[in-house]
This record gives sequence, structure tokens and C-alpha cells, in this order.
Amino acid sequence: MGHAEVRAVKPVTINPLKMSAPLGGALAFMGLDRCLPLLHGAQGCTAFGLVLMVRHFREAIPFQTTALNEVQTILGGTDNLEQAILTIHGRAKPAVIGICSTGLVETRGEDIPGDLRLIRARHPELAGTALVFAPTPDFIGGLEQGWSRAVTAMIETLAEPALRCEPDRVNLLAGCQLTPGDIEELRELAEAFGLRLTVLPDLSGSLDGHVPEQYIATTFGGTTVEDIAGLGRARWTLAVGEHMRAPAEALEKRTGVPFVLFDRLTGLEPCDRLVTALAAISDAPVPARVRRQRSQLVDAMLDGHFHFGGRKIALAGEPDLLVALTCWFREMGAEIQVAVAPTASPALAALSGVAVTVGDLDDLERAAAGADLLVSHSHGRQAAARLGVPLFHAGFPQFDRLGAAHRRSVGYRGTRDLIFEIGNILMEQDDHAPAQAC
Amino acid sequence: MLKQKLADLFIEPGCATNRAKSDSGRKAGCGKSLQPGAAAGGCAFDGAKIALQPITDAAHLVHGPIACEGNSWDSRHSASSGPQLYRTGFTTDLGEMEVIHGGERKLYRAIRAIAERYRPPAIFVYQTCVTAMIGDDVAKVCAVAAEKLGLPVIPVLAPGFVGSKNFGNKLAGETLLDHVIGTIEPETTTPTDFNLLGEYNVAGELWQVTPLFERLGLRLLASVSGDARYRQVAAAHRARVNMVVCSQALITLARKMEERYGIPYFEGSFYGIAETGSSLRQLARLLTERGAAADLPARTEALIAEEEARAALRLAPYKARLTGQRVLLYTGGVKSWSVVTALQELGMEVVSTSVRKSTEEDRARIKERMGEDAPMVETIAPREMYRMLKDGEADMLMSGGRTQFVALKARVPWLDINQERHAAYAGYDGMVALAAEIARSLDNPVWAQVRRPAPWEAGHGTC
Repeated sequence: MGHAEVRAVKPVTINPLKMSAPLGGALAFMGLDRCLPLLHGAQGCTAFGLVLMVRHFREAIPFQTTALNEVQTILGGTDNLEQAILTIHGRAKPAVIGICSTGLVETRGEDIPGDLRLIRARHPELAGTALVFAPTPDFIGGLEQGWSRAVTAMIETLAEPALRCEPDRVNLLAGCQLTPGDIEELRELAEAFGLRLTVLPDLSGSLDGHVPEQYIATTFGGTTVEDIAGLGRARWTLAVGEHMRAPAEALEKRTGVPFVLFDRLTGLEPCDRLVTALAAISDAPVPARVRRQRSQLVDAMLDGHFHFGGRKIALAGEPDLLVALTCWFREMGAEIQVAVAPTASPALAALSGVAVTVGDLDDLERAAAGADLLVSHSHGRQAAARLGVPLFHAGFPQFDRLGAAHRRSVGYRGTRDLIFEIGNILMEQDDHAPAQAC
Repeated sequence: MLKQKLADLFIEPGCATNRAKSDSGRKAGCGKSLQPGAAAGGCAFDGAKIALQPITDAAHLVHGPIACEGNSWDSRHSASSGPQLYRTGFTTDLGEMEVIHGGERKLYRAIRAIAERYRPPAIFVYQTCVTAMIGDDVAKVCAVAAEKLGLPVIPVLAPGFVGSKNFGNKLAGETLLDHVIGTIEPETTTPTDFNLLGEYNVAGELWQVTPLFERLGLRLLASVSGDARYRQVAAAHRARVNMVVCSQALITLARKMEERYGIPYFEGSFYGIAETGSSLRQLARLLTERGAAADLPARTEALIAEEEARAALRLAPYKARLTGQRVLLYTGGVKSWSVVTALQELGMEVVSTSVRKSTEEDRARIKERMGEDAPMVETIAPREMYRMLKDGEADMLMSGGRTQFVALKARVPWLDINQERHAAYAGYDGMVALAAEIARSLDNPVWAQVRRPAPWEAGHGTC
């Protein structure tokens, strides 16, 4: 297998593609019900992440900070952590406080699990509030790693072994490449087989943009603490994305529930694998409406392939998203001019024969001249404008787009929609060909 | 060194908040200490970057792990009329090994790479929490790089943990004083040269007032720092007058420039008809005192009269629509009074204005405008704000992005007046734009639709 991953060797990151690990961790905690994510660091760590999420989801985001100042940075942030937890508990009464560390406290080497034990011992009133800690130093990894560590921490803190298995119950460990719209799609698919799906973390419950009838100071909707405790009752766990492998293994180790890992769910063949698995788990035939959806996707591929064949695509994104889109573009006949990931990942091994760079959006821009389409999060807009190449938004953040949460690119219908959405952009290019100038 | 700098800023005599404090109160420092678990807002690094990044032809390099730049770059709408380099995100993106072994070498190589590839007139290097903690000597690396590479490399020592965003603004002012202002002589000077301090050209607001300056024959020597070029800021010490546009943040810079270069300053605003006129008047008066043509005040009066008449004509239809509409104003600092004036000029009623980041002088100005019993509040908890809006105590909310959804979820119109916004509201044209925007927002037909309960819920809906 010719795995041609190149790490950019330059001393400066230009136009960052990478988002920080604590942001990924906090985003994962947003998928829990009545949760309040808390970043342990200076208040700017929280403010930057909060602004990005507000602009991406167009929702209020209840992040908090331990707001360390220079004295606490030197002497230690334990008191701030304690105060922050008590203040949050007093004001918002969340079911879960999801704590992510930052570069600041990890550089100092704080013993946060130890701190949390002390805080619990000192404050019995916190008994009804779950405290989940994810170690997410800014200087290790990016969004995916932070997300993965937070989900692992949720499982290790809250999941319990079960005495009996419920045969129709299935867990879905959702990677950060899945939007609320994607999760809804997967839930419907599983339910079509008569299965009950518990999703962790479930952004489709909390960040799907709905209007509650009262003010709520925490997340509203998402996976509950009871849901997580009950993960052990499932017959199978489906994990989506290589970065969900660690949480899936943690869950298996803790509860004995075996898992199947899907590296991606965009494209005909990966969807077939998922549907085959659901049919096997439920021991039910594939329902007529799912067959119909598959047929619609096949038809979309037939109609759409004209516009993809031979087109040159330049992509940048978190590894699992990058793998999903890159493989799918190739399956539609497009050529991959360059694929850039912000961090290394075993997932990238799936991209044999593709020029993969671990780098930034400057690396994308320099390799993307002459491409027909750029794919990246919103920060790719400068490169797209300079190159005069259209940009398809994918990943986080998308601060200059409406409806990022509802975009769907998994399952038969999600893949079908993606063919139409991108096919239309590429088709528009065809119409602008000089030969057809009017 | 940083410690001394912080201590000096705490006792800043030009700052109205400090003047109102006792000696011991001043030593205790700026602002309230942040409450863990209930704090909101940016850090000192954020504030320093906001104040300096609008220098459009410079490179801005963030020395730290990915979060500081990766999570924040290219997110504000501080506009440029030319160079775009300021919108490029540069960071050393430190990894674990550099945190252990130190990041100075990487920083030097990063500075060199930027200098060689982009040849900017200057590079600003921002220290962050982690690089401050591991003891990287950012100032020294910058000094060495400046000497070897032959361009100004300016250390911005404002790690996030030293304080709030506002405090970071002040540290940015100190950086300019220590490393930039006075390092270049302007090619020419005129008796009408002045600087704007604290105007960031958000959404192009600077360009709503520059035509006024041009018509009066005034030369904006340096804008600090909206749409600025590095060399302009470096030559700002030759201005005759400084106008401080955002009252609190850069007051120390103004005072020290007065001390060092004899440049008088005043605080003003370009929000609203009256404030714009008053700012132009003060500018003309001070410039005349410093040698500008004696007819400048008279010409300024003529311009103000003409512009006010033109604005009144354009505002009349909006005024008829907006009179009596109630606004909940949730901002802070200079905007807590300057926007009040603008809204009152439109005939609107300000139900409440927050004074979170406002000085005693700001508060006095609110009282001047709204009377002794002005409805000033410190902070409003989101839950309370939601209740006020849901109960119809205001017709709309004007605030920054983070309270946006409190209004929208209460199905009440909202208008962005903070720095992430896309619309420009300065000067006379800006006032008309603001009136139009408010009217568009209130009159949008979606409000009636979204407040109507679903047919099957009629009878027990809340609207």
C-alpha cells in the first residue's frame, strides 16, 4: 500500500486548519443533556471557542471558564476549579459538568483528577452532578483528539456494566465529523430496522436549532447521564470514524459490548456495509423504504458522475472527515489534487495513492492552483478567493454559512444530497466554459 | 518588566475609573477579578490582538499552541483599503516537545520564514499563556531577529492570564509606545494632522467619517489602528491632536503621547448626530489652538449644519416609524452612552443600558442624556434578559453576538452593535444606516409568523 503522507516541514503555521483539542472536547460535551462544558484555563480559551461555536451553530453555547489569572497560573488552579464547579452548580444545576484542560494547566502539570476527588469529598451537595474530566492539552492533537478523549472520559466515568443485554438496543459512538443532521439520518436508518439507538454524544438533541419555550442555562437535549450508564445494555456498538476507536474499546472493556467500526458512511459501499450490519443485528430484512433510498442514490450517481469525472479536487479537513470525502470523491471519478489534514491519524492510511499533507491551509492553497473545487471549513475562504476556485464548506467551523448543523452527508440520502450539492457547483463551472460564452 | 507594566497601568491617572478610587483601591488593580464559573469575555492576548491586528500591512505571529490563533483568526471585520497580510493567520503552533524544550528556536525560525516570504514592514509577535509559562524570552528573540533580519519585530507581551480583553487593549497601547510610535518621521507634516486612537474600522466605519475630515482639509496622520499602515502608526508622534474613540482602552496611550510629545487629546464618539458634531467641533478647536487655520471652526460649523440638515431629511421617515419603540441596550464602555444618544435621536426609548465596562465618566454621560434616574444596570443574567424580552418589556435587543440567541429564542428582534458586526454605523451616513437597519429588523414579517403558535397548540400557546 503506497501511503504517501507528507508532513509539512516549516517553522510557522500559516492560515491554520487545526482547531484546538479543548474545543473538540467541549464540543463533545455539548452533545450531553443538561451539560455545562468548563474549560480549565484563562478565560480567553473559552471565549474563542465559544464565539466559534455560536457562529457555527447559531445557538447560545453555555461554555464556562475557570478564568485563571497570573497568580493562579503560578500557584495552581485548584481553587478556581472548585469555585467554578460550585458557581456552575449553584446557578445552572447541570446534570454534568464536562471539564476540559488546556495548555495552560497541562503545562503546569496540575493533577485534575486528584483535585476533583478532593472537591467531591469537600462538597457532598455535588452528589447529583456528574463531573467528567477530559485531558485535552492544546499542544497535543486537534479537534478529533479532544473529542475522542472527551467521549472516552464520558464512558470511563459514567458507563456501567449491565446484567442483561437488550437485543434491540444499539449504541452509536458518533465522531465529530457527524453533524446533527447526519445523526438524525443514522437514527432513522436504525429505527427502520426496529432498533433503539443510543447516540453518544448526541448533538442532534442539543444543537439541531430548536426553540424551547423557556430559558435554559445548560445544553437542552442530547445524551442523558442515564443513557450513558445504560450503554452496557446494548447488543452492539457502532463507532463512526477512526477517532471513535478508543472510546469504543473503552466501552467494550468496561461493559463487554462489542463494536463495529465504520471508517466512513458516505458513499454506496460504506452505506451498504452499515445496512448489512443493521440487518444482521436486527435479524430483519432491509425495509422497502431503505431499498428505495439506495436506488435513489444509485440513480444520483448515474446522473451526477458526468460532472465529477476527471475534476480536480483539493481538500482540507480533520482526518476522518477528510478520509470520508476523499474516498467518496474518488468513487465518483474525481481526481484528488491534494488532501491536507491538520494532524496525523491512522485513518489517513486509507488514502493510498493520494498526496496527503499534514499541514495547514497555506499548504492547501499552494498545492491547489488549477483545481476545480476546494473543500474545507470556512477558513478556506481566503484561499478560494485568491485562487478563484469555488469553495465547498465542510467540517467545523462554518461561520459564514446557514444550516451547517443540518447538512447531511451520510447514509444513502446524505450521499445522494451531497452528489446534488457538489454536482451543482461543478456543473456551474461547466456552464462557464469559454466555448459556451454567449 | 511585565509586572512593572501591569502595576503602572493599574494606577493610570488618565483613566476615570482609577481617579475615582482610593490609593489602596488603585493598587488592587484594574477591574473586578474574574469569577470562575461565571466569567465571560476575552483574555488579554485577545484584547492586544484586537487593537493591533488592524495594522494591515504587518504580519501578526502568535507564539503558542494552536488554540490562541487557530480558534480565533480571521473572525473580525476590521476592513482594509489595501494590504491583506493582516488577515493571514501565523502561529508557531507549539507541540508537546517544544513545550518541554522551549519554543525560542522555533519562534526565531518562524519570524525569519515570514520575513523572507512576505517582506512585511514589521512583524508583531504575540506571547501567550504557555510560552510565558515555559519562560521563552520573546522580547530577546524579537530583538535578535530584528537586528539580523533588518525589520522591526515587535514583542507583544500580553499573555491571556494577565487579565481581560480591555486590559490587553491597554498593553497593546504600551507596545506601540515602547516599540513603534516615534520610530519613523513622516515625510511631511501639516498643521491639521491628527490621530484617531481606538478606531478599528469595524465593517468600514472609519470610511464613514474620513470624507468629513477630507472636506475640512484635515489629515488623518495615523489611525490606531483601523485600516492602518505600519509606517503611519510609527510616525503618529507628529500629530497635533489625538482623538480617543473608544474611551477606556487607549486612554493611557493618549496620555503618554501628551506627556512625551505634547499632543493634546480628547475623548469622543462618532455614534449619533450630536456626538459626531461635538467630536468634529472639539477636533477643530484643538487643531486651531495648535496652529491650524483660524477659519477651521467656522468651516466645521458650516459642515455640521449642512450634514445635519441632510441627515434630518433622510432620517425623517425612519423617525416616524421608530419613535416610541423600546430598546434593551446591552453593551458596555463608550457605547453605553454614545449609542444611547443615537437611539434617542431616533425617538426610541432605551429601557435599560448596561454599564459593565463603563467608567464613572461614562456613567455621568449616561445621566446627562437620560436623566438622574437613568436605567443603568451592571449585568443582566441571561435568564432575566429572556424574561424581560418574552414579557414584552422591550421591543428589541441591541447587543453583541453572545446574547443574540437570548433575544431570538424569545422571538424578539436583535441587532448586533459589537465588533463582530457586518454593518457600519459611524458618522451621519452611519446614523441613517442604523435607523434603516433597526426599522428593517422591527418590520420583518417573520416576527408575526414565528410568534404564532402552531394551529394545534392554539389556545395554550405563550404568544
